[in-house]
Amino acid sequence: MNKTTPATVPAAKAPAPLKSAPSRPEPRPERSTGSRVGELVQRQGVLAVLLTVILIASFVYPSFAGLDNARGVTVQASFLAIVALGMTLVIITGGIDLSVGSVFALGGVLAAWASQWGFLTALLVPLVVCGAIGLVNGLLIARAGMAPFIVTLAALLAARGMLLAFTDEGATTYLVPKDSAFAELGQGSVWGFGHPIFIALALFGAGGLLLQRTSFGQTLFAVGGSSDAATLMGLPVARTKILVYTLSGLLAGLAGALNAARLSSGVTIVGVGMELDAISAVVIGGTLLIGGAGSISGTLWGVLLLAVIQNLINQIGSLNSSYQSVVSGGFLIVVVVAQRYLARSRRTT
Amino acid sequence: MAPTHPTPPPPETAGPGTAVADPVLEARSVSKRFPGVVALDDVSFALRAGEVHALVGENGAGKSTLIKVLTGVYRSDEGEVCVSGEPVRFARPFEAQQAGISTIYQEVNLVPLMSVARNIFLGREPKNRLGLIDFSRMNRETTELLDGFGVRVDPKRPLHTLGIGTQQMVALARAVSVQARVVIMDEPTSSLEPREVETLFRVIENLRGQGIAVLYVSHRMDELYRVCDRVTVLRDGRHIHTGELAPLERMRLVSMMLGRDMAEVRRDGLTGFATEGHDAARTPVLTATGLDRRHQLHGISLELYAGEVLGLGGLLGSGRSETAKALTGALPLDGGEITVDGKRVGRPTPAAAIRAGISMLPEDRKAEGIVPGLSVRENIVLAAMPRLSRAGIVSRAQQDRIVEIFMKRLRIKASGPEQKVGELSGGNQQKVLLARWLCLEPKVLLLDEPTRGIDVGAKAEVQSLIDELAREGLAVLLISSDIEELIEGADRIVVLRGGAVAGELSGDEVDESRLLEVLADHSPGSVPAGRAPGTAPADPTPGSAPADRTPDAAPDDQPPRPGGRAPAGQEDPR
Repeated sequence: MNKTTPATVPAAKAPAPLKSAPSRPEPRPERSTGSRVGELVQRQGVLAVLLTVILIASFVYPSFAGLDNARGVTVQASFLAIVALGMTLVIITGGIDLSVGSVFALGGVLAAWASQWGFLTALLVPLVVCGAIGLVNGLLIARAGMAPFIVTLAALLAARGMLLAFTDEGATTYLVPKDSAFAELGQGSVWGFGHPIFIALALFGAGGLLLQRTSFGQTLFAVGGSSDAATLMGLPVARTKILVYTLSGLLAGLAGALNAARLSSGVTIVGVGMELDAISAVVIGGTLLIGGAGSISGTLWGVLLLAVIQNLINQIGSLNSSYQSVVSGGFLIVVVVAQRYLARSRRTT
Repeated sequence: MAPTHPTPPPPETAGPGTAVADPVLEARSVSKRFPGVVALDDVSFALRAGEVHALVGENGAGKSTLIKVLTGVYRSDEGEVCVSGEPVRFARPFEAQQAGISTIYQEVNLVPLMSVARNIFLGREPKNRLGLIDFSRMNRETTELLDGFGVRVDPKRPLHTLGIGTQQMVALARAVSVQARVVIMDEPTSSLEPREVETLFRVIENLRGQGIAVLYVSHRMDELYRVCDRVTVLRDGRHIHTGELAPLERMRLVSMMLGRDMAEVRRDGLTGFATEGHDAARTPVLTATGLDRRHQLHGISLELYAGEVLGLGGLLGSGRSETAKALTGALPLDGGEITVDGKRVGRPTPAAAIRAGISMLPEDRKAEGIVPGLSVRENIVLAAMPRLSRAGIVSRAQQDRIVEIFMKRLRIKASGPEQKVGELSGGNQQKVLLARWLCLEPKVLLLDEPTRGIDVGAKAEVQSLIDELAREGLAVLLISSDIEELIEGADRIVVLRGGAVAGELSGDEVDESRLLEVLADHSPGSVPAGRAPGTAPADPTPGSAPADRTPDAAPDDQPPRPGGRAPAGQEDPR
């Protein structure tokens, strides 16, 4: 072959297009409508389920459709939503954060305790402490190469222990001063919708941008999709992991603080099992538990779906509220099965 | 390996009297040790701007380690790496990339679930004024970039939906599009089709023209001689030779790599296949008739005889791997029938195929075959578990016996049966996989790119193993993009195009020019047309006339073809 081909176009990043690529197959056929529908259902399927459930429930239980009920459900859901937001980011990197429930409770107690010194302290103290717990998680996972499951399980126990020590095993209850700015943050409302709802929505908006439109977000997907490839591409894998666990700790702490503001006190028994609710919401929302794929919006719908189911069971009244977990569990299975089925049908079309 | 015969002392030419360009990337007396192994022993190496430099060597020669030291994946124990004469110490691959060193790895190292465009721009996404990623620009630039490589893909498609060859081109596009001064290519063609290889070479020419240095690692001799200016040979972690490639005789190069006597190489040929063919039996072991699958396979029929190696040729997307997968039941079919030894395989599933005696060595050993965390022993007996166990209890003694036999027979180089397979070289991993299927005592062995990405020595060994297996009476189906391998290895070659059988070469027809003719021919059916029953030998080329076909290729090997297509195809100007 002639090595002297003077294709010397210094500025060109790539060779000139092939003049004749005769054997290049005809442009790939557009994806079929079926697969598009499948993709849409997979992406927004939870939303469809959520709307269907809401629609049916509104007919069957008129009390469900009331504005008051909607206000109650959404403000309740906003705390889990904030925690699940952080969880989504962690799971997209292929990790897991089991500590969020304990951190949520710890954040609440710290916020209530610190609220005696004013609004800023009430927010900063839990954020700093919970962020630090997340940072330690991240460092152990990214730098020491420990398994996220183990590290965050340890953090779950440690945070719960710190909480108990801080409150004398629950004997001391810290109250948020009435009518303080901090209490207003949790209890105030706009058009009857509590502040936490708007905070959660704002965070989801920011989270969506962060995930989809920034390099950091792309790196999260890359780390979860293939950690080796991400390393070889020169992406800051360790830094990204550290950041994402820190973020998860911060969000859990913030949610806990808001919850304390809403309840006017640092309640020590909240947040037990919350990490599992958050994981359920994330998975129901279509994020792959193995990492590499997922969305913020799906998580939001997942959280709302869980909240609506809980509310409905309360509406039914005759049904023991314990069944809520049974139904949530059932939904989780249905969603995962449906995801698998859709993924398979998309592969084969 | 054979004891190192006195190889003629390689002249340490640092490049003849040309005006010596400054080395852009240089390794000075680099050593790297791993527990128990010296991977690099005082190796010096320099890469000049605007040259294409071949790096060759056998398995364990230290090529990969040297690349990893140059790109910041490993740190050398001794010696230093210099960029433009300045010593550098890369702590991470990212720093090497910042310094203008791009690498494309042998196994595609991209993120499968992310889109093509996102993969290309990961870590350096174009931003809009708000500092957010500008996806429309990203997709547009991706399309432009890939068009330059002659690859047309929807930039929004997830990477894993593309074929491996296309994925490799995406990896290449990524490597080239960062303003690189050095591009390191580790086995870039191992998963490319001949046409894509041409595209790659054009890209390399272009890089050379821009003054970019290319370090080219490959085991394919003809490629090296086509694109490379200079060559560096490593062996056993030591530097053996550096010099101009063109004046270096091919046999000399191979002998330097192997440390073998030149006469020995010459006698054995360049591939590990023996020159004579095999005696094929009369009745086919495996018959496939009319395999159909929407969009992928169209009425593929073939017969495979005991003791022969049947090559399956074709370009990317021609349906080679799909055919093999269909035969093993891994790809559901819309129609068609598979029989083994005259017995029909009912609904083909992998388990049914294995029971019927069909085993397959998959193309992507990383994803579809090897379990890197398990030991050599565990990997070998994995598929044979059901046979080796009684009432669910696995006999360890029996396992050990089988593993020992195969490790010896296939010459698997490992510290022992308990070494993790992930720690072995590519060639040895492939042998472990081969052993896994052989201990099932198959009648039919399907090999999809069995020597992809393994070095010369191991390649020759795998090839001679294939040869041996066929001689012992196994029916082997060999898929390979390496034309040399296909020609020397196969007794017969069935060529696929667009999911249908495009032609068959047997006996004397099995040579490179004939194969390329069939491969390159785009008029459907024009080659087979010359051999259609009853047609006069219109083709003047000797050796291609129907009369020359050897008897083992019975006329009914011919696939059913729509009658009208052949003549129509000949009028196709392309």
